[in-house]
Amino acid sequence: MSRIDDLFADLQSRNRKAFVAFITAGDPDVQISAEILAGLPSAGADIIELGMPFTDPMADGPAIQAASQRALAAGQTLKGTLNMVADFRAGNDATPIVLMGYYNPIYHYGVDKFIAEAKQAGVDGLIIVDLPAEEDDELCLPAMQAGLNFIRLATPTTDDKRLPHVLNNTSGFVYYVSITGITGAAAPQQQAVAENIARIKRQTQLPVCVGFGIRTPEQAAALAASSDGVVVGSALVDVIAETAENRADTVKRVLALASALAEGVNRK
Amino acid sequence: MPPRAAKIWGSELAQENSYREGPDDKGRFGLYGGRFVAETLMPLILDLEAAYEAAKQDDGFAAQLQDLQTHYVGRPSPLYFAERLTEHYGGAKIYLKRDELNHTGSHKINNCLGQILLAKRMGKTRIIAETGAGQHGVAVATVAARFGLPCTVFMGATDIERQKPNVFRMKLLGADIRPVTSGAGTLKDAMNEALRDWVTHVDDTFYIIGTVAGPHPYPAMVRDFQSIIGRETKRQMLEREGRLPDTLIACIGGGSNAMGLFHPFLDERDVNIIGVEAGGFGLDTPDHAASLAGGTPGILHGNRTYLLQDDDGQIIEGHSISAGLDYPGIGPEHAYLRDTGRVNYVSATDGEALEAFQLITRLEGIIPALEPSHALAHVGKIAGDLPPEHLLVMNMCGRGDKDVFAVADHLNVTL
Repeated sequence: MSRIDDLFADLQSRNRKAFVAFITAGDPDVQISAEILAGLPSAGADIIELGMPFTDPMADGPAIQAASQRALAAGQTLKGTLNMVADFRAGNDATPIVLMGYYNPIYHYGVDKFIAEAKQAGVDGLIIVDLPAEEDDELCLPAMQAGLNFIRLATPTTDDKRLPHVLNNTSGFVYYVSITGITGAAAPQQQAVAENIARIKRQTQLPVCVGFGIRTPEQAAALAASSDGVVVGSALVDVIAETAENRADTVKRVLALASALAEGVNRK
Repeated sequence: MPPRAAKIWGSELAQENSYREGPDDKGRFGLYGGRFVAETLMPLILDLEAAYEAAKQDDGFAAQLQDLQTHYVGRPSPLYFAERLTEHYGGAKIYLKRDELNHTGSHKINNCLGQILLAKRMGKTRIIAETGAGQHGVAVATVAARFGLPCTVFMGATDIERQKPNVFRMKLLGADIRPVTSGAGTLKDAMNEALRDWVTHVDDTFYIIGTVAGPHPYPAMVRDFQSIIGRETKRQMLEREGRLPDTLIACIGGGSNAMGLFHPFLDERDVNIIGVEAGGFGLDTPDHAASLAGGTPGILHGNRTYLLQDDDGQIIEGHSISAGLDYPGIGPEHAYLRDTGRVNYVSATDGEALEAFQLITRLEGIIPALEPSHALAHVGKIAGDLPPEHLLVMNMCGRGDKDVFAVADHLNVTL
């Protein structure tokens, strides 16, 4: 059982849904980013999705692109992101951390080295946007072997025929992408999302979390009803952007929004 | 190169007999290529692959493409003996494959026609594309007009500024131009934005990629549509000289004109093949776009290939005087041909290209694009040392009308 498996077992026993909070590591700088990371569990985040910045985030909208650019400009590196996780783990052994990003920085770092160091730092899972099931040999299989969860994205274009292929080798949870589009874009249609999640659940026992385009506690509440958890990224990252000039309030404001979203996720 | 990859590569190399067998069924050319895309796009590229395979078997598709190549594009393009250039260098016999004479002024139309016919077959109703210099954008806007499909072209804001004539041509042709300001606002960023659009409009949109890069099947498909350049060259050279050429030279950004010329000759082991990357201010500076000479293997835009990247695996913007060459990657098949040693990759600087541009304009009355001016610069480096019976073919893949303003600027001339 991984930290993620334990978490969902616990949430299900208490009839609660997961709030998955996304921030980009090192945004707007390593210090503030570490403070946000440390504060997210008390603000109600059940899982933290930590973005590994990349110059060319093809699946991300303007908010997360800008977050990557701020982090890189502040000197964030992949090694720096792993160090952030290790520091977080020194004070928190319960909240799962999932690293999300693109394959190139990992490939460049060295797959085996990355997996070993991620495991060592206390990373629980990986979401790598540009590694579909067709490229499982690259990172998914070695990561699973090392005991990391590999969390796959399923999308509205993933039809029933393709779904088993996508679910195979997926562990931890399934991340359902609520829209065809990039992060932070149009609001998802609740009805269509519910139907698609039901479709996925017919083929897997894994929890299904939903993300992309969810910005408010109300949307989070609506989508939590038909899923096991809700991912919010761009809305949190937007707060960091808004306070980029005057960073005194950044941590407080991000965590306040996280608390509101966490409340939305478990609103009855 | 990461050690795991090196292991895979080693075993692939041992079994190789032909240089033309790739890609395999995972879309790989040895270590390179593949399908590194978001799940949302995966079903789309699998559909595209199936549609392309079916089209290849369809005589009707081939006949329609051939008819358009002949009567719309004006193929075959001439294989021209450049007499004065040959005299000037005093060595090899220099031929130019005149793909700049194609409708729209470059080789890009060869690929666009193939892809738009495929888009029609697949019932797609909207076309998107990325462009750097604007040659591909113009070719896409042209075929979109010809087939009556709405078309959106993503172009870096920097490139829009330095390629104004092509921007206006695209607008005249009815294309919607979307300026891209992320990154340095050049070709790489335009491609990111086109991919983001495609993810958002999955049902009706066909993405016409302009070079031999991107996820499988694009590198192979674009190569196939461009290899008419090499097939014609082979036939024309046999007619003119009764034998195959000794050396082929083409410029490389993503590498589509080069792959088009090279591919039919890859298994002709006596033919010396040279690709010329954009050396920018020089390979000893950070400002160049020579991914093979100055890059390392990595993953970008759906494929593994050589990339310009920093120590943390972040992509570095390329630089070249030519907007069509400043891409930090290169087609995966070129990466494969480099590692196997079948093709020799070199580079030419901005200054060398600019000099070659002026030379051929004066000597042959042909104003070349800045892209093939790089190839020509390398011709100048080797032709004089080769014997007169040595047959050299350079791909004149685009004409220079679009570049006259930029060139005037570099020569400090006010128009």
